Amino acid sequence: MGSAPASDRALVLPDGDTPSYVADSVRTAAKILIVGHFAVGKTTFVGTLSEIRPLRTEEPLSQAGAHVDDLAGVPDKTATTVAMDFGRLTLSESLVLYLFGAPGQKRFTRLWTDMLQGALGALVLADTRRLDQSFDVMGLLEEHGMPYAVAVNQFDGSPDFPEDEIREALDLLPETPLVSCDARDATSSTKALIALVEHLQTRPVPADQES
Amino acid sequence: MTPPRRREQGLVRAYVVTDGRAHPTRNTLDIVSLVNAVTGRPMAGLTPERRAVMELCRGGALSVAEVAGYLALPLSVTKVLISDLIDSGHIIARAAIPKAQLPDVQLLQEVLNGLRARL
Repeated sequence: MGSAPASDRALVLPDGDTPSYVADSVRTAAKILIVGHFAVGKTTFVGTLSEIRPLRTEEPLSQAGAHVDDLAGVPDKTATTVAMDFGRLTLSESLVLYLFGAPGQKRFTRLWTDMLQGALGALVLADTRRLDQSFDVMGLLEEHGMPYAVAVNQFDGSPDFPEDEIREALDLLPETPLVSCDARDATSSTKALIALVEHLQTRPVPADQES
Repeated sequence: MTPPRRREQGLVRAYVVTDGRAHPTRNTLDIVSLVNAVTGRPMAGLTPERRAVMELCRGGALSVAEVAGYLALPLSVTKVLISDLIDSGHIIARAAIPKAQLPDVQLLQEVLNGLRARL
């Protein structure tokens, strides 16, 4: 029930925020996915690079998921929605890049469909303390033919393994880039994205890509 | 190995704000499609949610995802609302990368240049 005049450009939102609009000169919007298991640093990564206050959307789980989840008696609302954090970077006068941070569970089919379509690629964040938890999301990306690079997020106290051991533990293909990054640091996080995009440039077009 | 392709099963959710529809009227709308309100369109008869989309999009271009984030609506609902508003001439969309199209060489190079310039 805002009382601001309809012509007011500086729309004030319910939380007191004002929207940050895309420049008029922008003609193309691209997206890259930032994925990984719970608490691996996706939200931090997006927040570090985004030029806008990162936004969040919550999507109800699909009914198919609700049936198998048996949510009866679970009062926690978060159990029935999945949240996605995203941010924006202006890369040139005519190009913006959106970064979508999202969990990698298979059952969020609708959200995945929306995110994967048209995405350039994905950066998988991994934690050396829980490498096995990265398999689900890597499997999901492979299933959808979505190219990815892996960035090991450096947490204080994370063991520092040699690259070949991490590659082996994650069962990475030789061509899949593996970098380390600090999701709290803009330069480090930007370099991880650069490694992904350089990988995308070298990648042959898959013949079975859906038209 | 050819992975099985998962299809949305079309389960209809009773979204009140979308008149019960779970799917947008057009499939060309991406979550990073940039949308703008068209000025001078009649606002009478728009539901409060559609009106809120119009007010938000009057100030400039935003992606579909940003509209969802600012209005605290699920993406799926936001897509339906924006599709309707495009159909009625209230909203225009600027191209995101077309869904079925692979990112081209030039776009990847532009992304790379933009990222490198930030270092």
